Amino acid sequence: MSEFLLEAKNVSKFFGYGFLGRVKFPAVDNVSFHMESHPKILTLAGESGCGKTTLARILLGFLEPNEGTVLYKGKSVHHLKRKEKKWFRREVQAIFQDPYGTFNPLRSLDGYLYGTAKNLLGMSREEASARIEEVLSFVGLLTKDVLGKNPDEFSGGQVQRISVARALLPEPRLILADEPVSMIDASLRMNVLNMFKELTEKQGISFIYITHDLATAYYISDEIAIMYRGMIVEEGPADEVLLGQHHPYTKALVSSLPEPGKREKWLKEEVNPPGMEVKEFLAANCKYADICPDKSDKCLKERPALLDVGNVKVACWLYE
Amino acid sequence: MDLLLKGLDIKGGYELQEAYVDAVSNVSLELHRNEVFGIAGESGCGKSTLIKILYGYIEPPLTLRNGLIELYTNDGNTLEISSLSPDKLRKTIWWRLVSYIPQNAMNVLNPTIRIRDHFAEMYREHIGLEKSESYSKAQKYIETFGLPNDVLAAFPHQLSGGMRQRVVIAISLLLEPNLVLADEPSSALDVINQRAALTFLKNAQENLGNTLVLVSHDMSIQGVLTDRMALMYAGKMIEVGETQEILENPLHPYTKALTRSLPRLGDKAQRRGLRGQPPDLRNPPQGCRFYPRCPSPQPICQKEEPKISETQRDHYVSCWLV
Repeated sequence: MSEFLLEAKNVSKFFGYGFLGRVKFPAVDNVSFHMESHPKILTLAGESGCGKTTLARILLGFLEPNEGTVLYKGKSVHHLKRKEKKWFRREVQAIFQDPYGTFNPLRSLDGYLYGTAKNLLGMSREEASARIEEVLSFVGLLTKDVLGKNPDEFSGGQVQRISVARALLPEPRLILADEPVSMIDASLRMNVLNMFKELTEKQGISFIYITHDLATAYYISDEIAIMYRGMIVEEGPADEVLLGQHHPYTKALVSSLPEPGKREKWLKEEVNPPGMEVKEFLAANCKYADICPDKSDKCLKERPALLDVGNVKVACWLYE
Repeated sequence: MDLLLKGLDIKGGYELQEAYVDAVSNVSLELHRNEVFGIAGESGCGKSTLIKILYGYIEPPLTLRNGLIELYTNDGNTLEISSLSPDKLRKTIWWRLVSYIPQNAMNVLNPTIRIRDHFAEMYREHIGLEKSESYSKAQKYIETFGLPNDVLAAFPHQLSGGMRQRVVIAISLLLEPNLVLADEPSSALDVINQRAALTFLKNAQENLGNTLVLVSHDMSIQGVLTDRMALMYAGKMIEVGETQEILENPLHPYTKALTRSLPRLGDKAQRRGLRGQPPDLRNPPQGCRFYPRCPSPQPICQKEEPKISETQRDHYVSCWLV
């Protein structure tokens, strides 16, 4: 029995690219991390095309990696036996970016909620009703307002709360939320994030929060891993990573956050946006070297492994 | 203050088969020369509809029910945008005097022609330049923006989203318009590219000394880029003023809630969102449109709509509490 709740060991996923797909394009490149059993929120942060959604699909068992393994409570999620699969789907739930995409717009919500209760938990109609009422009330909705209606009768924020309720039905141990608030208006966003915090603190549910938004990541997460071109370039406690900013890429990300207080600096300082995606993904040296302001000869030749800098791990030769 | 555009009592919305959606309701505004003016608010508040109306781009189901929009040109003429025909708008106003950068603008480039031919087409259409001459002009033009030269020979798909966005911005500024209307110009971009595109837009505005209207739901972006800003809620303009003043001293309860719910690095204090949802604009509530969600509603709010009025110098609010 592993001591970790979830552990990814050297996970890589290649997609074919170029003529007949002969170039192997590493969407996820040798990623390792773990989550301890103690309930907490871990953020995987990065910009579009950094591989965070591909990694999420691998962690959920939807996609098999070409290399490496993912262990959930010590069991490989890609080699589960039939019974274990059902157990895994109860324990690990997902919430996605587009709440309308989660539900078929023509099907009433009853089907989803009762279906989940019946298929995953084997509940009778009555047991299911009680549990559905419980989870809906947790997300601040009344059963009578939800059942019998179709998803398109609700606003985005409401549908996202219903998808949180659906994820809570089987009393999961881990919820993976992929950009869960990016399509919700700012005035309602915090309600969903506060809900995640409360679930972690009071119900002991761990979260993997996948986002490009560092401000919300800082607000809710205990730990954070910053991804760039398929790799983790910096990881550690959220405060230390986001306020300490060791990797030059983390620095670039944080300094680009618009903050009204630093208007002059934000407008005047030179920015260097990432360049050719494909080239950087395929690079055998440090993938950030092309645009890094602090690069040395070594960065152009060799790829840095994650190095310990206090509580933080950083993949950068500066910290050798 | 040197006035560039005045909008009076604008009422416009979507004429659908079953109902009328009151997307922009009795909005008045003034834009000054050489300023960045922000319009903020959440999805469905009418901010995109408002700038379409300011541009004169009114196609069914969008209709303008009421309102006057006047543009004051550099040579002292007054042009009434709200009453010009689409043909006249296309020939004399669009691109030359007013440019519009729509949402997801990086996808408006024609995928089958090279970037330089996008420029050539603009030069031919509006100035009547030959192709060879426009190529060399385009080259000089993009150099002044600090864009790499090889961009011109590329097809749109060969460029990153951030670069395409900067190209679209450069094209929109080609004829040096007095007014640029940009609708969420960076919402599809990552933070670093977002910063590059927005500082690009801001630098261009400073160089040309023209007026930029920036529609963005993101209050932090408003804070770093705009001089003055307006907040919209459910089709109404609820607060207008200097950006720094609004962020530091918001008066409308909706603005207060928005600024308070913003998470910031280095600050873990509990943030609260608002309860409820914006109203259905097919059937907007009587009285104040924010009333059903307001944390401190008064009896009058339900009955009568508050007028927008100046509470402090250049700071306008529509709320009974203020």
